Amino acid sequence: MKSAILQTATRYLLPILLLFSVFLLLRGHYHPGGGFVGGLVASIAFVLHSFANGTENTMKILRYKPLSLLPIGLAISTAAVTLPLLLDLPPMTGLWLEEPIPVIGMIGSSLFFDLGVYLVVIGVVLTILFTIALND
Amino acid sequence: MIDNHILAPIFVQLFTAILQLMFWRKTLTQRYLSVGGSLIGLMVAFRLFGRVQESGILTLNSANWDAPFGIVFVADTLSVTLVLLTSIACFAVSIFSSVGLSRQRMLYGYFPIFHFLIMGLHGAFLTGDIFNLYVYFEVIIISSFVLMTLGGRKAQLEGAVKYMAMNILASMFFLTGIGILYGITGSLNMADLALKIQEVQNKTLVGITSCFFIIGFGIKSAVFPLYYWLPSSYHTPPSAVAATFGGLLTKVGIYAMLRVFSLIFIPDDFIRTLLMVIAVLTIVTGALGALIKTNIRRLFSYLIVCHIGFMVGGIAMFSKVALMGAVFYLIHDIMVKTNMFLIAGLIRQLGGTMDMNKLGGLYRDYPKISLLIALVLFSLVGIPPLSGFWPKIFLFQEAFTQEQYFYAAALILGSFVTLYVIANMWAQVFWKNPPEGTTTENLFAPMPPYRKILMVLPIGLMAVATLYIGLNAEAIVKIADVISTQLIDPTAYIEAVLGNKTD
Amino acid sequence: MELLLVLILGLLYAAGVYLILRRSMVKLLLGIILWGNGANILIFVLGKITKGSPPVIDDAYRVFQDVYADPIPQALILTAIVISFGLTSFAIVLLKRVYALVDSDDLDDLNTPEEEDI
Repeated sequence: MKSAILQTATRYLLPILLLFSVFLLLRGHYHPGGGFVGGLVASIAFVLHSFANGTENTMKILRYKPLSLLPIGLAISTAAVTLPLLLDLPPMTGLWLEEPIPVIGMIGSSLFFDLGVYLVVIGVVLTILFTIALND
Repeated sequence: MIDNHILAPIFVQLFTAILQLMFWRKTLTQRYLSVGGSLIGLMVAFRLFGRVQESGILTLNSANWDAPFGIVFVADTLSVTLVLLTSIACFAVSIFSSVGLSRQRMLYGYFPIFHFLIMGLHGAFLTGDIFNLYVYFEVIIISSFVLMTLGGRKAQLEGAVKYMAMNILASMFFLTGIGILYGITGSLNMADLALKIQEVQNKTLVGITSCFFIIGFGIKSAVFPLYYWLPSSYHTPPSAVAATFGGLLTKVGIYAMLRVFSLIFIPDDFIRTLLMVIAVLTIVTGALGALIKTNIRRLFSYLIVCHIGFMVGGIAMFSKVALMGAVFYLIHDIMVKTNMFLIAGLIRQLGGTMDMNKLGGLYRDYPKISLLIALVLFSLVGIPPLSGFWPKIFLFQEAFTQEQYFYAAALILGSFVTLYVIANMWAQVFWKNPPEGTTTENLFAPMPPYRKILMVLPIGLMAVATLYIGLNAEAIVKIADVISTQLIDPTAYIEAVLGNKTD
Repeated sequence: MELLLVLILGLLYAAGVYLILRRSMVKLLLGIILWGNGANILIFVLGKITKGSPPVIDDAYRVFQDVYADPIPQALILTAIVISFGLTSFAIVLLKRVYALVDSDDLDDLNTPEEEDI
């Protein structure tokens, strides 16, 4: 599928969608959003790119296999989940920094959990879609 | 009592899987990690088991949310016993699969998925929240789909379609049941549900909801009208995978039944009769299926179905003695059934095939290994004083006390058919001379010695565990006694989760 | 609103059962998807629908000031959607592979005599 409109639009949409996905990830704790939705938006950005330019080109701009995001994401999430155990709190308890950080706002362990989910979702969705697309 | 470390078995498996994902395609490292992780998991499970024996039911409120609102994890004696048995089976299977599996399968991520599966099993046993149980069920079935299809042979994929369709269906029934349960009680915490379900006026609705759970768990544990996916799929994957499935996955269904029917839906006469009819028919159909199969793994698949009926019957009678029998049988069954499929894999290595008609003469060639296998087979049949014998005493006793003569007859039939098919298998595979004119390839003889040892070691390990269960039955009876007391009277469980509300 | 949702979920369940009972693999998959969506709507309806008050606390307060929608059914449905997304995508890949191997969409054709493997 070659469409000049889609290709041009995708060139501008890809960074905007990625930025939007990060925005969703960061506002996720107290407002609608979060790692899962952010991850889906980010992977949709790449899916859009693959529709416009072909799956091979998308894999080229990704450089690494999306599957390699899986262990990184899982490791970050699991670390965030098990961190409270060191302070003798139940797993998954939210630990928060005292002071808000500029731009990002309050930072807590749940942000890192969401970050892990974000990476895992991108990895899984892109792996599945590439597998289905390349089988044809 | 609150203990923040009861999730350790889950985290050990999770960390192992993540580490293995980082060493993607480095199969040798993954093998070491798998065996090491399973060993640590086993030790952690032992420690947890000891702690629960010492200080009673332990709970954990995840994310520090108080009990009925957050997700709670509960380690009572039933849970930790099953976690311990799962860890033993996991250790044995991970040793076996480090040599008994083709490298091709390991390259596509056998080991990480295997550890995710074990993590799901641990989670399902430890959770105290019914929706969390559903989530862990899904973790289990997604991992098992991948394990089932790894390798991608035609028969395997065909088996996987049947397996997948039936298991997704089971999850849907389970989810529907949870939805209705949440609608009528407004809670998901199992201890809280146990209290709130008694206040529901509309008993018919509760009965219908419990039927959704029976169907969902029934498909998972392969009971009578819903079992046919099991024999048509369990003979297709490699033996290491089939061992995990055959030994552990159907037992999760039984565990869920024990938990849900002892806490939330206390069986009334209708449910008891329904479960009893299911149990008798399961035993009979499983036994009849086992009689006509000549492929070893198909035969074992039908034996799984047959013996699931024993346990469902124990739940159906729902008295202290019956539950003791069912729980003891569950303990015995996990150890033996896992081992049976490992043995099937070993026989395939020794004789080159799993068709009993083409095998023969294994006793002549490998007397020591054959005797080890014979020990496990005797345990499965239930020759006293081995492990399969003791639970049947309890089940018989209670069947006669409650005048369930059909169940008693089915129990006798099931035991005799098991005896017959195992004796037949022994005669065919080990004693008779190899049939004339068939050339079988022996894959075991040319192996280097360390591979031979790693292949027989897990079977020996599991056989020792089985022997311990049989010869030291008193200890197991004590554990089963504690478990059945907790199941019959869930006050201790509820108090441990929600705190003492009566004050 | 409740009546409409109940009708929709009944329809989804009925269509799901009908499709699952067919012999085609693709229809089986579609039936499972429909049934899953029906189960999600069932949880949504049974969690008591509250109009126009999302369970999000206003920035100015620390607790809820008004009646709010029960967030638990939404969390359950979100989890169920994620799980069914994973299951469905796996099922699609599997069915595609099976179709390529067996060259048939009929579930009755999945009866290859057993092969041997460890």
